[in-house]
Amino acid sequence: MTPFDAVAPSAPSAGAWVGVAWALARDLRLALRSRAEIGVQLLFYVIVVSLFPLGVGPEPMLLRALGPGVLWVAALLASLLSLPRIFTADFSDGTLEQIALSPYPLPALISGKIAAHWLTTGLPLVVMSPLLGMQFGLSGNELSILAVGLLVGTPTLSLLGAIGAALTLGLRAGGGLLALLILPLYVPVLIFGAGAVDAVRAGFSASAQLSLLGAGLLVAIVGAPIACAAAVRIALD
Amino acid sequence: MTTSINWFRFASPASFFALAGRLVPWFASAAALLALLGCYLGLFVAPTDAQQGEAYRIIFIHVPAAWMSMFIYLVMAFWCAISLTFNTRLAAMMAQSLAPTGAMFTFVALWTGALWGKPTWGTYWAWDARMTSELILLFLYFGYMALRNAIDDPRRADRASAVLALVGAVNIPIIYFSVKWWNTLHQGASVSLTSAPSMAKVMLAGMLVMAFAAWFYAIAIALLRVQAIILERERATGWVGELATGARAAK
Repeated sequence: MTPFDAVAPSAPSAGAWVGVAWALARDLRLALRSRAEIGVQLLFYVIVVSLFPLGVGPEPMLLRALGPGVLWVAALLASLLSLPRIFTADFSDGTLEQIALSPYPLPALISGKIAAHWLTTGLPLVVMSPLLGMQFGLSGNELSILAVGLLVGTPTLSLLGAIGAALTLGLRAGGGLLALLILPLYVPVLIFGAGAVDAVRAGFSASAQLSLLGAGLLVAIVGAPIACAAAVRIALD
Repeated sequence: MTTSINWFRFASPASFFALAGRLVPWFASAAALLALLGCYLGLFVAPTDAQQGEAYRIIFIHVPAAWMSMFIYLVMAFWCAISLTFNTRLAAMMAQSLAPTGAMFTFVALWTGALWGKPTWGTYWAWDARMTSELILLFLYFGYMALRNAIDDPRRADRASAVLALVGAVNIPIIYFSVKWWNTLHQGASVSLTSAPSMAKVMLAGMLVMAFAAWFYAIAIALLRVQAIILERERATGWVGELATGARAAK
Protein backbone atom coordinates (compact mmCIF):
# COMPACT_ATOMS: atom_id res chain seq x y z
CA MET A 1 0.00 0.00 0.00
CA THR A 2 1.65 3.18 -1.15
CA PRO A 3 0.85 6.48 0.54
CA PHE A 4 -0.86 7.57 -2.65
CA ASP A 5 -3.50 4.85 -2.28
CA ALA A 6 -4.26 5.97 1.23
CA VAL A 7 -4.93 9.51 0.09
CA ALA A 8 -6.84 8.96 -3.13
CA PRO A 9 -8.73 5.69 -3.17
CA SER A 10 -9.88 4.69 -6.61
CA ALA A 11 -10.83 1.01 -6.53
CA PRO A 12 -14.61 0.53 -6.20
CA SER A 13 -14.26 -1.96 -3.34
CA ALA A 14 -11.53 -0.28 -1.35
CA GLY A 15 -10.61 -1.96 1.92
CA ALA A 16 -12.41 -1.06 5.10
CA TRP A 17 -9.23 -0.79 7.18
CA VAL A 18 -7.67 1.65 4.73
CA GLY A 19 -10.79 3.76 5.10
CA VAL A 20 -10.54 3.68 8.88
CA ALA A 21 -6.87 4.66 8.76
CA TRP A 22 -7.47 7.46 6.26
CA ALA A 23 -10.32 9.05 8.22
CA LEU A 24 -8.42 8.63 11.50
CA ALA A 25 -5.29 10.29 10.12
CA ARG A 26 -7.24 13.13 8.52
CA ASP A 27 -9.32 13.96 11.59
CA LEU A 28 -6.31 13.68 13.90
CA ARG A 29 -4.37 16.10 11.69
CA LEU A 30 -7.30 18.54 11.70
CA ALA A 31 -7.72 18.27 15.47
CA LEU A 32 -4.02 18.82 16.13
CA ARG A 33 -4.13 21.98 14.04
CA SER A 34 -6.74 23.47 16.39
CA ARG A 35 -5.35 22.34 19.72
CA ALA A 36 -7.19 25.08 21.58
CA GLU A 37 -10.48 23.19 21.13
CA ILE A 38 -9.05 20.09 22.79
CA GLY A 39 -7.83 22.24 25.66
CA VAL A 40 -11.20 23.91 26.09
CA GLN A 41 -12.96 20.56 26.36
CA LEU A 42 -10.44 19.32 28.93
CA LEU A 43 -10.78 22.54 30.94
CA PHE A 44 -14.55 22.10 30.91
CA TYR A 45 -14.06 18.68 32.50
CA VAL A 46 -11.73 20.06 35.17
CA ILE A 47 -14.04 22.96 35.98
CA VAL A 48 -17.20 20.85 36.24
CA VAL A 49 -15.41 18.43 38.57
CA SER A 50 -14.06 21.32 40.67
CA LEU A 51 -17.53 22.82 41.07
CA PHE A 52 -18.89 19.86 43.00
CA PRO A 53 -16.84 20.32 46.19
CA LEU A 54 -17.87 23.98 46.12
CA GLY A 55 -21.49 22.89 45.88
CA VAL A 56 -21.64 20.08 48.43
CA GLY A 57 -18.95 21.17 50.89
CA PRO A 58 -15.38 20.02 51.54
CA GLU A 59 -16.00 17.07 53.93
CA PRO A 60 -13.47 14.40 52.88
CA MET A 61 -15.81 11.44 53.53
CA LEU A 62 -18.59 12.96 51.44
CA LEU A 63 -16.23 13.84 48.61
CA ARG A 64 -14.76 10.35 48.61
CA ALA A 65 -18.23 8.89 48.30
CA LEU A 66 -19.25 11.30 45.55
CA GLY A 67 -15.95 11.26 43.66
CA PRO A 68 -16.44 8.40 41.17
CA GLY A 69 -19.96 9.55 40.25
CA VAL A 70 -18.89 13.17 39.85
CA LEU A 71 -15.91 12.28 37.66
CA TRP A 72 -18.07 10.05 35.48
CA VAL A 73 -20.95 12.51 35.12
CA ALA A 74 -18.44 15.22 34.21
CA ALA A 75 -16.92 12.86 31.61
CA LEU A 76 -20.40 12.29 30.14
CA LEU A 77 -21.00 16.03 29.90
CA ALA A 78 -17.56 16.71 28.43
CA SER A 79 -18.15 14.00 25.84
CA LEU A 80 -21.54 15.51 25.02
CA LEU A 81 -20.00 18.94 24.64
CA SER A 82 -17.46 17.72 22.11
CA LEU A 83 -19.82 15.57 20.01
CA PRO A 84 -20.86 18.20 17.45
CA ARG A 85 -17.20 18.45 16.41
CA ILE A 86 -17.29 14.99 14.80
CA PHE A 87 -19.45 15.97 11.85
CA THR A 88 -20.56 19.61 11.97
CA ALA A 89 -17.62 21.26 10.19
CA ASP A 90 -17.48 18.53 7.52
CA PHE A 91 -21.22 18.78 7.05
CA SER A 92 -21.32 22.54 6.62
CA ASP A 93 -18.49 22.74 4.07
CA GLY A 94 -19.67 19.73 2.07
CA THR A 95 -16.77 17.43 2.95
CA LEU A 96 -19.13 14.93 4.53
CA GLU A 97 -20.94 14.54 1.22
CA GLN A 98 -17.65 13.78 -0.53
CA ILE A 99 -16.77 11.31 2.24
CA ALA A 100 -20.11 9.56 1.73
CA LEU A 101 -19.47 9.39 -2.03
CA SER A 102 -16.02 7.85 -1.67
CA PRO A 103 -15.54 4.18 -2.58
CA TYR A 104 -14.60 3.28 0.99
CA PRO A 105 -17.44 1.84 3.08
CA LEU A 106 -19.05 4.71 4.96
CA PRO A 107 -19.15 2.88 8.34
CA ALA A 108 -15.36 2.40 8.06
CA LEU A 109 -14.74 6.09 7.41
CA ILE A 110 -17.04 7.01 10.27
CA SER A 111 -15.26 4.55 12.58
CA GLY A 112 -12.02 6.37 11.79
CA LYS A 113 -13.60 9.73 12.55
CA ILE A 114 -15.00 8.44 15.84
CA ALA A 115 -11.62 6.95 16.78
CA ALA A 116 -9.97 10.30 16.12
CA HIS A 117 -12.64 12.02 18.18
CA TRP A 118 -12.00 9.70 21.10
CA LEU A 119 -8.22 10.09 20.87
CA THR A 120 -8.52 13.88 21.00
CA THR A 121 -11.37 14.21 23.52
CA GLY A 122 -11.80 10.96 25.46
CA LEU A 123 -8.18 10.01 26.02
CA PRO A 124 -7.20 13.37 27.60
CA LEU A 125 -10.02 12.87 30.14
CA VAL A 126 -8.67 9.41 30.98
CA VAL A 127 -5.18 10.80 31.50
CA MET A 128 -6.48 13.68 33.58
CA SER A 129 -8.87 11.66 35.75
CA PRO A 130 -6.41 10.25 38.35
CA LEU A 131 -5.27 13.77 39.18
CA LEU A 132 -8.85 14.93 39.68
CA GLY A 133 -9.66 11.75 41.58
CA MET A 134 -6.91 12.59 44.06
CA GLN A 135 -8.65 15.88 44.77
CA PHE A 136 -11.63 13.79 45.90
CA GLY A 137 -9.43 11.67 48.14
CA LEU A 138 -9.65 8.44 46.15
CA SER A 139 -7.00 5.84 47.00
CA GLY A 140 -4.42 4.53 44.54
CA ASN A 141 -6.34 1.38 43.74
CA GLU A 142 -9.55 3.31 43.17
CA LEU A 143 -7.72 5.78 40.95
CA SER A 144 -6.38 3.06 38.70
CA ILE A 145 -9.83 1.42 38.40
CA LEU A 146 -11.32 4.82 37.64
CA ALA A 147 -8.80 5.38 34.85
CA VAL A 148 -9.25 1.86 33.45
CA GLY A 149 -13.04 2.28 33.55
CA LEU A 150 -12.83 5.59 31.71
CA LEU A 151 -10.39 4.05 29.23
CA VAL A 152 -12.93 1.33 28.36
CA GLY A 153 -16.05 3.48 28.80
CA THR A 154 -15.28 6.74 27.02
CA PRO A 155 -14.92 5.12 23.55
CA THR A 156 -18.47 3.81 24.02
CA LEU A 157 -19.57 7.37 24.77
CA SER A 158 -17.97 8.61 21.55
CA LEU A 159 -19.51 5.78 19.52
CA LEU A 160 -23.05 6.23 20.90
CA GLY A 161 -22.76 9.99 20.81
CA ALA A 162 -21.73 9.97 17.16
CA ILE A 163 -25.15 8.50 16.29
CA GLY A 164 -26.85 11.42 18.00
CA ALA A 165 -24.45 13.91 16.41
CA ALA A 166 -25.25 12.51 12.95
CA LEU A 167 -29.01 12.50 13.59
CA THR A 168 -29.05 16.15 14.64
CA LEU A 169 -26.84 17.39 11.78
CA GLY A 170 -28.07 20.69 10.40
CA LEU A 171 -31.02 20.99 12.79
CA ARG A 172 -31.91 24.24 14.45
CA ALA A 173 -32.46 22.64 17.88
CA GLY A 174 -28.76 21.62 18.07
CA GLY A 175 -27.14 21.11 21.46
CA GLY A 176 -30.08 20.69 23.81
CA LEU A 177 -31.67 18.16 21.50
CA LEU A 178 -28.43 16.19 21.32
CA ALA A 179 -28.35 15.99 25.12
CA LEU A 180 -31.94 14.74 25.22
CA LEU A 181 -31.21 12.05 22.62
CA ILE A 182 -27.89 10.82 23.94
CA LEU A 183 -27.75 11.17 27.72
CA PRO A 184 -30.39 8.45 28.39
CA LEU A 185 -28.32 6.07 26.26
CA TYR A 186 -25.24 6.87 28.35
CA VAL A 187 -26.88 5.57 31.55
CA PRO A 188 -25.44 2.01 31.48
CA VAL A 189 -21.89 3.29 30.90
CA LEU A 190 -22.25 5.66 33.85
CA ILE A 191 -23.61 2.92 36.10
CA PHE A 192 -20.90 0.39 35.33
CA GLY A 193 -18.08 2.95 35.26
CA ALA A 194 -18.89 4.54 38.60
CA GLY A 195 -19.94 1.15 39.97
CA ALA A 196 -16.48 -0.28 39.27
CA VAL A 197 -14.86 2.27 41.58
CA ASP A 198 -17.55 1.77 44.21
CA ALA A 199 -16.96 -1.98 44.12
CA VAL A 200 -13.23 -1.55 44.71
CA ARG A 201 -13.90 0.78 47.60
CA ALA A 202 -16.29 -1.75 49.13
CA GLY A 203 -13.55 -4.36 48.92
CA PHE A 204 -14.87 -6.33 45.94
CA SER A 205 -13.32 -6.98 42.57
CA ALA A 206 -14.30 -4.58 39.79
CA SER A 207 -13.83 -7.19 37.09
CA ALA A 208 -17.61 -7.68 36.60
CA GLN A 209 -18.23 -3.99 35.90
CA LEU A 210 -15.13 -3.64 33.74
CA SER A 211 -16.09 -6.76 31.75
CA LEU A 212 -19.56 -5.34 31.13
CA LEU A 213 -18.04 -2.01 30.05
CA GLY A 214 -15.79 -3.96 27.67
CA ALA A 215 -18.75 -5.94 26.34
CA GLY A 216 -20.67 -2.71 25.80
CA LEU A 217 -17.68 -1.27 23.95
CA LEU A 218 -17.49 -4.29 21.64
CA VAL A 219 -21.21 -4.08 20.85
CA ALA A 220 -20.89 -0.35 20.22
CA ILE A 221 -17.85 -0.83 17.95
CA VAL A 222 -19.83 -3.27 15.81
CA GLY A 223 -23.21 -1.54 15.84
CA ALA A 224 -22.69 2.19 16.23
CA PRO A 225 -20.77 2.89 12.97
CA ILE A 226 -23.54 1.20 10.97
CA ALA A 227 -26.31 3.18 12.69
CA CYS A 228 -24.16 6.29 12.36
CA ALA A 229 -23.63 5.73 8.63
CA ALA A 230 -27.40 5.36 8.17
CA ALA A 231 -27.93 8.60 10.09
CA VAL A 232 -25.31 10.44 8.00
CA ARG A 233 -26.94 9.28 4.76
CA ILE A 234 -30.33 10.48 6.08
CA ALA A 235 -28.84 13.87 6.94
CA LEU A 236 -27.22 14.21 3.50
CA ASP A 237 -30.39 13.46 1.51
CA MET B 1 -60.66 -20.69 -4.15
CA THR B 2 -61.07 -18.64 -1.02
CA THR B 3 -61.17 -14.89 -1.27
CA SER B 4 -57.92 -13.42 -0.09
CA ILE B 5 -57.49 -9.94 1.29
CA ASN B 6 -54.79 -7.91 -0.35
CA TRP B 7 -53.07 -6.60 2.78
CA PHE B 8 -50.73 -4.38 0.82
CA ARG B 9 -53.73 -2.32 -0.22
CA PHE B 10 -53.80 -0.93 3.31
CA ALA B 11 -50.19 0.20 3.07
CA SER B 12 -51.53 3.07 1.00
CA PRO B 13 -52.47 5.99 3.27
CA ALA B 14 -55.68 6.64 1.32
CA SER B 15 -57.15 3.18 1.88
CA PHE B 16 -55.79 2.94 5.42
CA PHE B 17 -57.44 6.25 6.23
CA ALA B 18 -60.84 4.74 5.45
CA LEU B 19 -60.04 1.51 7.31
CA ALA B 20 -58.85 3.41 10.39
CA GLY B 21 -62.01 5.50 10.30
CA ARG B 22 -64.13 2.34 10.38
CA LEU B 23 -62.07 0.73 13.18
CA VAL B 24 -61.81 3.68 15.58
CA PRO B 25 -65.43 3.55 16.92
CA TRP B 26 -65.14 -0.19 17.64
CA PHE B 27 -61.89 0.08 19.56
CA ALA B 28 -63.00 3.25 21.34
CA SER B 29 -66.29 1.73 22.53
CA ALA B 30 -64.54 -1.50 23.55
CA ALA B 31 -62.06 0.58 25.55
CA ALA B 32 -64.85 2.55 27.24
CA LEU B 33 -66.86 -0.58 28.13
CA LEU B 34 -63.82 -2.42 29.46
CA ALA B 35 -62.71 0.62 31.45
CA LEU B 36 -66.16 0.83 33.06
CA LEU B 37 -66.14 -2.89 33.86
CA GLY B 38 -62.55 -2.68 35.14
CA CYS B 39 -63.36 0.30 37.38
CA TYR B 40 -66.41 -1.52 38.73
CA LEU B 41 -64.35 -4.63 39.48
CA GLY B 42 -61.49 -2.62 40.91
CA LEU B 43 -63.40 -0.12 43.02
CA PHE B 44 -66.45 -2.10 44.18
CA VAL B 45 -65.91 -5.85 43.81
CA ALA B 46 -62.23 -6.30 44.72
CA PRO B 47 -61.68 -6.61 48.49
CA THR B 48 -59.52 -4.23 50.49
CA ASP B 49 -55.93 -5.41 50.64
CA ALA B 50 -54.85 -6.71 54.03
CA GLN B 51 -51.46 -4.96 53.97
CA GLN B 52 -51.89 -1.88 51.81
CA GLY B 53 -55.51 -0.97 52.55
CA GLU B 54 -57.39 0.94 49.87
CA ALA B 55 -54.23 2.44 48.40
CA TYR B 56 -53.46 -0.70 46.43
CA ARG B 57 -56.42 0.03 44.13
CA ILE B 58 -54.16 2.29 42.14
CA ILE B 59 -52.69 -0.82 40.51
CA PHE B 60 -55.77 -0.94 38.28
CA ILE B 61 -54.37 2.14 36.54
CA HIS B 62 -50.69 1.83 37.36
CA VAL B 63 -49.89 -1.68 36.12
CA PRO B 64 -51.75 -1.40 32.78
CA ALA B 65 -50.09 1.97 32.16
CA ALA B 66 -46.65 0.54 32.91
CA TRP B 67 -47.25 -2.44 30.61
CA MET B 68 -48.49 -0.23 27.80
CA SER B 69 -45.59 2.20 28.17
CA MET B 70 -43.09 -0.56 27.39
CA PHE B 71 -45.27 -2.40 24.87
CA ILE B 72 -45.95 0.74 22.83
CA TYR B 73 -42.22 1.46 22.56
CA LEU B 74 -41.70 -2.01 21.12
CA VAL B 75 -44.58 -1.56 18.66
CA MET B 76 -43.18 1.83 17.72
CA ALA B 77 -39.73 0.32 17.14
CA PHE B 78 -41.38 -2.41 15.02
CA TRP B 79 -43.06 0.17 12.77
CA CYS B 80 -39.78 2.11 12.61
CA ALA B 81 -37.97 -1.03 11.44
CA ILE B 82 -40.66 -1.62 8.79
CA SER B 83 -40.48 1.97 7.63
CA LEU B 84 -36.67 1.88 7.35
CA THR B 85 -36.59 -1.51 5.61
CA PHE B 86 -39.43 -1.07 3.13
CA ASN B 87 -39.38 2.73 3.01
CA THR B 88 -43.13 2.93 3.57
CA ARG B 89 -44.78 6.14 4.62
CA LEU B 90 -47.63 4.57 6.54
CA ALA B 91 -45.39 2.60 8.92
CA ALA B 92 -43.56 5.80 9.86
CA MET B 93 -46.87 7.55 10.39
CA MET B 94 -47.95 4.73 12.72
CA ALA B 95 -44.74 5.12 14.74
CA GLN B 96 -45.28 8.87 14.86
CA SER B 97 -48.85 8.47 16.07
CA LEU B 98 -47.91 5.94 18.79
CA ALA B 99 -45.18 8.04 20.45
CA PRO B 100 -47.38 10.57 22.33
CA THR B 101 -49.63 7.79 23.64
CA GLY B 102 -46.60 5.83 24.82
CA ALA B 103 -45.19 8.89 26.55
CA MET B 104 -48.58 9.54 28.15
CA PHE B 105 -48.76 6.00 29.55
CA THR B 106 -45.15 6.26 30.82
CA PHE B 107 -46.01 9.49 32.57
CA VAL B 108 -49.20 8.02 34.05
CA ALA B 109 -47.24 5.00 35.29
CA LEU B 110 -44.68 7.26 36.98
CA TRP B 111 -47.30 9.58 38.44
CA THR B 112 -49.56 6.86 39.81
CA GLY B 113 -46.45 5.06 41.06
CA ALA B 114 -45.50 8.13 43.05
CA LEU B 115 -49.03 8.45 44.45
CA TRP B 116 -48.98 4.78 45.37
CA GLY B 117 -45.52 4.99 46.87
CA LYS B 118 -46.46 7.65 49.41
CA PRO B 119 -48.94 5.59 51.45
CA THR B 120 -47.18 2.23 51.02
CA TRP B 121 -43.46 3.05 51.08
CA GLY B 122 -43.75 6.42 52.78
CA THR B 123 -42.08 8.28 49.93
CA TYR B 124 -43.17 9.66 46.56
CA TRP B 125 -39.98 8.72 44.82
CA ALA B 126 -37.44 5.97 45.46
CA TRP B 127 -34.60 5.17 43.10
CA ASP B 128 -36.16 1.79 42.53
CA ALA B 129 -34.94 -0.05 39.44
CA ARG B 130 -38.34 -0.06 37.76
CA MET B 131 -39.08 3.58 38.48
CA THR B 132 -35.67 4.68 37.28
CA SER B 133 -35.85 2.71 34.04
CA GLU B 134 -39.40 3.95 33.48
CA LEU B 135 -38.10 7.50 33.88
CA ILE B 136 -35.38 6.83 31.30
CA LEU B 137 -38.04 5.36 29.00
CA LEU B 138 -39.93 8.65 29.31
CA PHE B 139 -36.75 10.47 28.26
CA LEU B 140 -36.44 8.16 25.25
CA TYR B 141 -40.01 8.99 24.20
CA PHE B 142 -39.32 12.70 24.62
CA GLY B 143 -36.11 12.40 22.61
CA TYR B 144 -37.96 10.62 19.80
CA MET B 145 -40.68 13.27 19.65
CA ALA B 146 -38.19 16.15 19.99
CA LEU B 147 -36.11 14.81 17.11
CA ARG B 148 -39.25 14.46 14.95
CA ASN B 149 -40.31 18.00 15.75
CA ALA B 150 -36.87 19.44 15.04
CA ILE B 151 -36.83 18.15 11.45
CA ASP B 152 -38.97 20.01 8.95
CA ASP B 153 -38.90 17.50 6.09
CA PRO B 154 -41.32 14.71 7.13
CA ARG B 155 -39.49 11.98 5.19
CA ARG B 156 -36.17 12.85 6.82
CA ALA B 157 -37.94 13.04 10.19
CA ASP B 158 -39.39 9.57 9.56
CA ARG B 159 -36.04 7.98 8.92
CA ALA B 160 -33.96 9.86 11.49
CA SER B 161 -36.43 9.16 14.28
CA ALA B 162 -36.67 5.53 13.16
CA VAL B 163 -32.89 5.12 13.59
CA LEU B 164 -33.17 6.70 17.05
CA ALA B 165 -36.10 4.47 18.07
CA LEU B 166 -34.20 1.35 17.00
CA VAL B 167 -31.04 2.39 18.86
CA GLY B 168 -33.26 3.03 21.88
CA ALA B 169 -34.95 -0.36 21.54
CA VAL B 170 -31.56 -2.10 21.56
CA ASN B 171 -30.62 -0.10 24.64
CA ILE B 172 -33.79 -0.61 26.68
CA PRO B 173 -32.89 -4.08 28.01
CA ILE B 174 -29.32 -2.93 28.71
CA ILE B 175 -30.60 0.12 30.58
CA TYR B 176 -33.12 -1.96 32.51
CA PHE B 177 -30.59 -4.53 33.68
CA SER B 178 -27.90 -1.98 34.46
CA VAL B 179 -30.33 0.06 36.54
CA LYS B 180 -31.54 -3.07 38.29
CA TRP B 181 -27.98 -4.06 39.14
CA TRP B 182 -27.07 -0.54 40.21
CA ASN B 183 -30.10 -0.51 42.47
CA THR B 184 -29.29 -3.79 44.20
CA LEU B 185 -25.71 -2.62 44.72
CA HIS B 186 -26.70 0.67 46.27
CA GLN B 187 -29.93 0.06 48.10
CA GLY B 188 -30.47 -3.55 48.88
CA ALA B 189 -34.03 -4.79 48.61
CA SER B 190 -35.54 -2.13 50.83
CA VAL B 191 -38.43 -1.44 48.48
CA SER B 192 -39.59 -4.28 46.36
CA LEU B 193 -42.82 -4.99 44.61
CA THR B 194 -41.85 -8.50 43.59
CA SER B 195 -42.41 -9.84 47.09
CA ALA B 196 -46.05 -8.76 47.03
CA PRO B 197 -48.41 -11.49 48.22
CA SER B 198 -50.27 -13.45 45.58
CA MET B 199 -53.25 -11.48 44.38
CA ALA B 200 -56.87 -12.39 44.84
CA LYS B 201 -58.47 -13.61 41.62
CA VAL B 202 -60.86 -10.68 41.36
CA MET B 203 -57.99 -8.21 41.68
CA LEU B 204 -56.14 -9.94 38.86
CA ALA B 205 -59.31 -9.98 36.76
CA GLY B 206 -59.84 -6.26 37.31
CA MET B 207 -56.25 -5.53 36.39
CA LEU B 208 -56.44 -7.60 33.20
CA VAL B 209 -59.70 -5.96 32.15
CA MET B 210 -58.10 -2.56 32.69
CA ALA B 211 -55.05 -3.68 30.73
CA PHE B 212 -57.26 -4.57 27.76
CA ALA B 213 -59.07 -1.25 28.14
CA ALA B 214 -55.73 0.56 28.00
CA TRP B 215 -54.71 -1.52 25.00
CA PHE B 216 -57.89 -0.75 23.04
CA TYR B 217 -57.67 2.88 24.03
CA ALA B 218 -54.12 3.01 22.69
CA ILE B 219 -55.21 1.41 19.40
CA ALA B 220 -58.18 3.74 19.04
CA ILE B 221 -56.24 6.90 19.80
CA ALA B 222 -53.30 5.84 17.61
CA LEU B 223 -55.64 5.20 14.67
CA LEU B 224 -57.38 8.52 15.24
CA ARG B 225 -54.05 10.31 15.38
CA VAL B 226 -52.73 8.51 12.32
CA GLN B 227 -55.81 9.72 10.44
CA ALA B 228 -54.92 13.28 11.36
CA ILE B 229 -51.29 12.72 10.37
CA ILE B 230 -52.35 11.22 7.02
CA LEU B 231 -54.59 14.20 6.29
CA GLU B 232 -51.84 16.63 7.22
CA ARG B 233 -49.10 14.96 5.23
CA GLU B 234 -51.18 13.98 2.20
CA ARG B 235 -52.94 17.32 1.98
CA ALA B 236 -51.54 17.95 -1.50
CA THR B 237 -53.09 14.77 -2.93
CA GLY B 238 -56.34 14.59 -4.87
CA TRP B 239 -58.20 12.29 -2.52
CA VAL B 240 -57.73 14.54 0.50
CA GLY B 241 -58.95 17.46 -1.61
CA GLU B 242 -62.04 15.51 -2.60
CA LEU B 243 -62.59 14.53 1.05
CA ALA B 244 -62.38 18.15 2.15
CA THR B 245 -64.64 19.53 -0.59
CA GLY B 246 -67.07 16.62 -0.14
CA ALA B 247 -67.29 17.34 3.58
CA ARG B 248 -67.89 21.00 2.84
CA ALA B 249 -70.60 20.18 0.31
CA ALA B 250 -72.36 17.87 2.77
CA LYS B 251 -72.58 20.63 5.36
